[in-house]
Amino acid sequence: MIKFSEIKKSFLVSLWFMFLTFPIMVIRVNPIEKTVQWRWRNMMIIGIGSFLLSFVWRFMLERKESGQKKADVFGIHKISFIQRILQEPKIYIPLLIVTGVFAIVFPFIFSAYQTNIMITALMYVMLGLGLNIVVGLAGLLDLGYVAFYAVGAYSYALLNYHFGLGFWTVLPIGAVLGVIFGILLGFPVLRLRGDYLAIVTLGFGEIIRLILENWNEFSFGPSGIANIPRPGFFGIEFSLQSATNYIYYMMIGLTLFTIFVVNRLQNSRIGRAWMALREDEVACQAMGIDKTKTKLTAFALGATWAGMVGVIFAAKTTFINPASFTFLESAMILSIVVIGGMGSIIGVVIGALILILLPEYLRAFSDYRMMLFGAILVIMMVFRPQGIISNVRRTYKFQGKQQ
Amino acid sequence: MEYFLELFLGGLTRGSIYALIALGYTMVYGIIELINFAHGEIYMIGAFTALIVASVLTLFGLNQIAILVLASITAVIYSAAYGFTVEKIAYKPLRHAQRLSPLISAIGMSIFLQNYVLLAQTSDFLPFPSLIPDFEFWEAYSHIIGSAELVILITTTIVMILLTFLIKFTKIGKAMRATAQDRNMAMLVGVNVNQVISMTFIIGSALAAVGGVLIASHIGMINFYIGFIAGIKAFTAAVLGGIGSIPGAVLGSLVLGLTESFATGYVSSDYEDVFAFALLVLILIFRPAGILGRSTTQKV
Repeated sequence: MIKFSEIKKSFLVSLWFMFLTFPIMVIRVNPIEKTVQWRWRNMMIIGIGSFLLSFVWRFMLERKESGQKKADVFGIHKISFIQRILQEPKIYIPLLIVTGVFAIVFPFIFSAYQTNIMITALMYVMLGLGLNIVVGLAGLLDLGYVAFYAVGAYSYALLNYHFGLGFWTVLPIGAVLGVIFGILLGFPVLRLRGDYLAIVTLGFGEIIRLILENWNEFSFGPSGIANIPRPGFFGIEFSLQSATNYIYYMMIGLTLFTIFVVNRLQNSRIGRAWMALREDEVACQAMGIDKTKTKLTAFALGATWAGMVGVIFAAKTTFINPASFTFLESAMILSIVVIGGMGSIIGVVIGALILILLPEYLRAFSDYRMMLFGAILVIMMVFRPQGIISNVRRTYKFQGKQQ
Repeated sequence: MEYFLELFLGGLTRGSIYALIALGYTMVYGIIELINFAHGEIYMIGAFTALIVASVLTLFGLNQIAILVLASITAVIYSAAYGFTVEKIAYKPLRHAQRLSPLISAIGMSIFLQNYVLLAQTSDFLPFPSLIPDFEFWEAYSHIIGSAELVILITTTIVMILLTFLIKFTKIGKAMRATAQDRNMAMLVGVNVNQVISMTFIIGSALAAVGGVLIASHIGMINFYIGFIAGIKAFTAAVLGGIGSIPGAVLGSLVLGLTESFATGYVSSDYEDVFAFALLVLILIFRPAGILGRSTTQKV
């Protein structure tokens, strides 16, 4: 039974939103012909929509709060359903096999278009995992990650254009350039904390993009570089279809390699140093961890993957220009890490797949998809701030008998 | 010399616009330590509201001053309302979440608002009516500084003085300062923290709307994307001055405006934004807490 006060509250909310959206949603001015169009129907939609949504919003908020209280009172941290699945070998091994088989046969079932989307998604998985090192593990908020991605892409395009170097030669060069730029960015920002770091990295990303846009002699400016060759395979020429499949399998391999490396890094000495740094910088230094070295390795190792994916991006699209490396891209990669669950590898993988595939399949609502994307980010953070899969801390269980 | 003066005044104008937006960032940051990425969008919505109201009123045939006043007031009210609502929806439920969540929520809000205006209005650049009239008595000096720029400078100065007064001498200003210093302690001594935070968003958004109307009628073009770059610049200015500090935001904005103006005037206009960010990086390397920011020692 819905109480009267609830209805009143929702009614007020809907009135407020009708007021709020009035000038932008209802009036449309054509300044050239000097005509005004009044769209009262929109107001009605907003009114009814916000009336209904406010019930849902309050219900969800209440549910979230009561859930939190329960956890506080009983001291139990509820392990989510997904985590329970992941901890049960009987479930996750078959699941892994099914996913693996699906990944292998994917290009044969679906069209080249679908395969292309999947390649993009896998690229973002790698980018997400790379940024996860910087943001998720070391806790350094990097808003200019796309700069390293741009460095990789342009290094392939330019080295190929001037010196005719092939994809496989440039792939490691791209990674190394990523490392160099990571350290280059890392040095000046070593002393900065939190949000200062965020804005400087953002500035760094923008500087790289603006230089690429304006330095015509070097980067061919906003018109970009076209006709970048696709990756070769011992000199064999591919048709477009098989080239796509080839890049797809290469991406699967590289993604697995990334997951393997990141996983090993996470549990290594340096990985634990990152996590210590994230938790408390001062205490971490007191434990004898070299702050400078740890931060720099985080930046460098994070940027490596972006450099590599940049090379792949250039090879896949065969055309690059600075417009592909805007702040929105950085925000996208950061959203992948945060929505997936910071510090959790499987979370980042799932986050990347959702965030890249969702807009692709939302094309039916093509106009609304970016708006929906924004809304999903907000809703996700409000109702599940820890991400889809929250990172579980390593704990040691004592197996001895309890008396 | 005259060229120098022209660039100097141009830089001051630009800087004072940045200051109006940067104040919103710095006030919000001072109180809840959040980079409010949606702030640039609030500014954009202010400009759009002013444009819509001004166009409708022009059709009714009001005179220019009345249109300017009414459009500005509506823009301020609507921006404040948007700021308030954004805080209630996207930030309030996240008060106690970890640091990155409100930031992502803010980025989401920013994308949402941009596309909301894009869909409800248009993706094209709209011509903004030049609401600020040309003064006759200023004709003699207009080669150095136009009357629109003069109005911008004067309005900004008045707004700054009012804001300083509000923060220093009123009850809500005192409550804001208390909340910025220590939120829990402020709560203990009976400050309604939620109200203070809402108020901060309202004031910050209203300032952004003033900036939006001024700059839009100065430049004469708006579209749904203007909020992003203005927001980034203003935030850079706030950080430059030391984020959380109100005089710092103003100083940082002026420094940024002047740097950009001189750099475009003497070096090259292509790299205007590069200079802005390079300046930021340089200052933060030597003064990690900004020009006026206090460097805090972290306690363990």
